[in-house]
Order: sequence, then C-alpha cells, then structure tokens
Amino acid sequence: MAAADDASRPFAGLSDVSISGDISVEGDISVPVGSSRRDDEYSTLDEPVKETILRDLRAVGNKFIHVLYPKRSSALLRDWDLWGPLLLCVTLALLLQGGAADSDDQGGPQFAEVFVIIWFGSIIITLNSKLLGGTISFFQSLCVLGYCIMPLTVAMAVCRIVLIGGSGTVSFAVRLVVVTASFGWSTFASTAFLGDSQPANRKALVVYPVFLFYFVIGWMILTFSPSQ
Amino acid sequence: MATPDDLQFQEFEEAAELLSADPEASTLSLSASDNSARAGGGGGGSEDVKLDLSDDEEGQEESSELLGGQKPSGGFWTFEYYESFFNVDTVQVLDRVKGSVLPLPGRNFIKHYIRSNPDLYGPFWICVTLVFSVAISGNLSTFISKMGDPSYHYRPQFHRVTIAAVVIFMYAWLVPIGLWGFLTWRQGTERQIGGYSFLETVCVYGYSLFIYIPTSVLWIIPFEWLRWTLIVVAMVISGSVLVLTFWPVVREDTKVMAVATVATIVVLHTLLAIGCKMYFFQTAVHAPTPAAPTTPAIHMTLTPGPH
Repeated sequence: MAAADDASRPFAGLSDVSISGDISVEGDISVPVGSSRRDDEYSTLDEPVKETILRDLRAVGNKFIHVLYPKRSSALLRDWDLWGPLLLCVTLALLLQGGAADSDDQGGPQFAEVFVIIWFGSIIITLNSKLLGGTISFFQSLCVLGYCIMPLTVAMAVCRIVLIGGSGTVSFAVRLVVVTASFGWSTFASTAFLGDSQPANRKALVVYPVFLFYFVIGWMILTFSPSQ
Repeated sequence: MATPDDLQFQEFEEAAELLSADPEASTLSLSASDNSARAGGGGGGSEDVKLDLSDDEEGQEESSELLGGQKPSGGFWTFEYYESFFNVDTVQVLDRVKGSVLPLPGRNFIKHYIRSNPDLYGPFWICVTLVFSVAISGNLSTFISKMGDPSYHYRPQFHRVTIAAVVIFMYAWLVPIGLWGFLTWRQGTERQIGGYSFLETVCVYGYSLFIYIPTSVLWIIPFEWLRWTLIVVAMVISGSVLVLTFWPVVREDTKVMAVATVATIVVLHTLLAIGCKMYFFQTAVHAPTPAAPTTPAIHMTLTPGPH
C-alpha cells in the first residue's frame, strides 16, 4: 500500500479523478527517471559555472588530503581523476624553470622533459604493474602516481624559497633534508595505495620502479640551481 | 606396419621423457618453418620442440607442458602476449641478477637461470636504472672534481640523461637483435644444437649490464687507478657471462667464425663500458698546485668551459 502511494505521488492530482469513457484527462504526466526525484541533480548544464568548477576542485582537494595522510582509502582509487596530477605536473615543471643557464644545454630539465618524465614514467610504471598481474586499472594507477607527486611539489616550492636566502652549504643541507623527506613520503604514500593490488611475491618488483621514479624527480628538484 | 605419423609421434614422446628426466641435457630444436609466422620474439626456449607432423593436438600440448615451455598466448597485439614475458617473481629476478654478477665456468646463464622463461622485466628496468645511475654519478663526479674551482658553477647537466638513454637502450636492444640474427643465420645452414630465442638473447644482455650499476656509482670516487680497476673487473665479469652463454652455441661453427663472434661480443661490450666512462666521467684537468704564488688575476681569467 505504501509502495503504491509512493509510486502514485507524481500522479497525486489524478488520484481523485474517476475515469469513465468520455472524460478527457488533462495535465502533465511526468515519469521519474530512475529513483531520483529531484531533476536539478541531472541538469548540471544549468548550474552556474562556479559550482561546476568548485565541485571538481573540492574533489581534487579531497584527494590531496588523502595523500597527506595516506591510509588505505578508496577515495583515490574509486573516484579517480587526472586533474590533480595535471595541476601538480604543470606546477612542478614551471617551478623547475628559471634555473641556471636555461638556454644552455648544460642546465636543468626543460619543461617538456619534466612533463615527459612524469607522464611517460607514470604510464610505464602502470603498464609494468599491470603486466605483472596487478588488479588496479590503468587510470586509477595514473591517478595515484600523479597525486603522490604532491609532497615533492611542496618540497620544490620550499627549496625555491630556501634558495632565495642563499645557496651555500647550509641551504643545501636544508634542501637535502626536505627533498629526502618528501621523496620518502611520496614513495610510502603511493605504495600504500598500489601495494595491495599486487600478489605478494611480486610486490617488490612493482615498488622498485615507483621508488626509482620518485628518486629521479627528487634528484631533479635537489639539483635545481638558480641562475646567478 | 605403423604409419609414418605414428612413428614420429612415438619418437616425440621418448624425447620428452628423456628431457623431463634430465632437463640439463642439450636439446635439438627443430624449429618448424612457420616460426617466422609467429611475430618476432615468440616462443619459449630451446626445449620448445614443435613437430607439426603430428596431428595429435593433445600430444603436442602435453609435451609442451612436460618440457615446461612458455608459449605466449594470443597474437602480438593482445595484452596476454606481453604478460607472458613478465611471468617472474621477485625471487626469480634476484636470482638472475645474482647469476649475472657471479659467473661460474660451468654455468650457462640461459640454461641455468632463464630456463625458457625469459622475462622483459629485468632487461628493461636494469637499463633504465643504468641510464639514471650513469647520468647522476657522472654529474656528481664532475661536481666533486670541480669543487675546488671557485669559478665553477654547478650545472645539473640533464641532457646527459637523454644521451645515456639513447646509447644504453640501443646497445641493449640492437646488439642482441644483430647477434641473434647472425647466430640464427649461421645455424640455419648447419642445424646445430639449438640456439637461443631472441628474447633469451635480450635477457642475457640485459642482465649482464647489471654489474655496471654499482660500478658507475663507485666511479664517483675520483681516483683514476680505482676507476680503471673497477672497469676492468666489471668488464671481466659481465663479459664472461656473455662468453659463457654464447660459446657453447658458437663453438660448433668453424673456428674462425666462432672466435670472431665471441671477440665481437667482447669488443662491443668493452666499447660500451669505456665509452660511458670517457664521456660521463671526464677527469678534470687539475691545474698543478703552484709552488710559487700566482697572482689572483690569473685565476680570474681562467674561465673553464661548460665541460
């Protein structure tokens, strides 16, 4: 009885009408799609642009927080997105510019080199883990690897600030500590997410490329030397 | 009177039984002419005997299980095909790495460690690690050797990574292609003891490069005599892995060809090691510490180039 009432709520106006052969019935019959009752959830086309952007930004920010406190959670895995990795990659590549003798080929990595290393490296690591029999999907793995670059990007920002103060031995020591800590954090965070998707006898084979990947990025950050 | 097909099939079983009893025995690999149809890099090792004369499908599958051959399933455009090349565990990879740094005269690397389960994990990641270790160590050694020079400004020299990657990957993939093609061509004319498949050749070359990773890290230490000692040791170890692997295959050939082949392998390997050392680990030309006091003006005008 209750189900019938629920089902007939859209037709509430018609429940009192007795239908005989000649009476014409007027009105709109709207059939609900699925189980949702509210139409405005589906017409995201009508919402203000600010809300659309904020929703995505909130999702990205939520994942950043999950990287900061890496515990086994499905937020990164289930609702993957690649906005965060793109944002982090571009930020890191931009921060690595302006180094010593950019035009000279003796300098640090170019923007394109950083981009290629991060994305191509992530793709290769993902392929590697899938070929070794991992159960994680391609884009989920890209998402995790990209988001876990966040500690290294923060370290890069800190390094640039430290370098403003000078580039002597003390600043190098500080930068070394910061980069090492963030490299360890990145590796730990990503293996927390990726490690469970591998059979136990191959876990080290999957973790090692991730370690190498973040090591290379950490090296690029540490060797950034400002132009004088 | 048994039909010729039955006779062939019985021989096949006997060979399979003999082989399963003694896996170390050398086998004759009759690769059927449709090997070329399977896209390059196919198939297991020398124990994978395929006799298309037998109509008995069951017999063939059974024998390949007995022989432990790894057949890549699917065509080369499917994912499963490449999955079969990553069918290794951590323990196996570590075992193979250990075998590449401790070559013993009796042990053929392929027969002993790879045993018709060649993998691409080892060669690929060893090459990648070697690329970065050579580039990073070279950069560090340049920095250390120029540390005393007041006009030296540290440069990351990131272009070296690109160069190292090109050189090492070309060596690790083109040389095995050439060597495998050459050996297959030589054997094609003489039906010798089974040669190695393409993947096994790539595997041996990849694992033999492993010794250069710790060597390149140790090259940071700025003593020339130490660097040359290390390079000789590394070349001896990894060269002997290659020679021990390829000598049994080549030795049935004419003496001249056998020696020439092995010599080419060793020479190419040497060129790689020495080339890496010369390019990435250039020794600084140390200005002799002056006994007589020199004016500071001289130091200022000495502007060393980017190298």
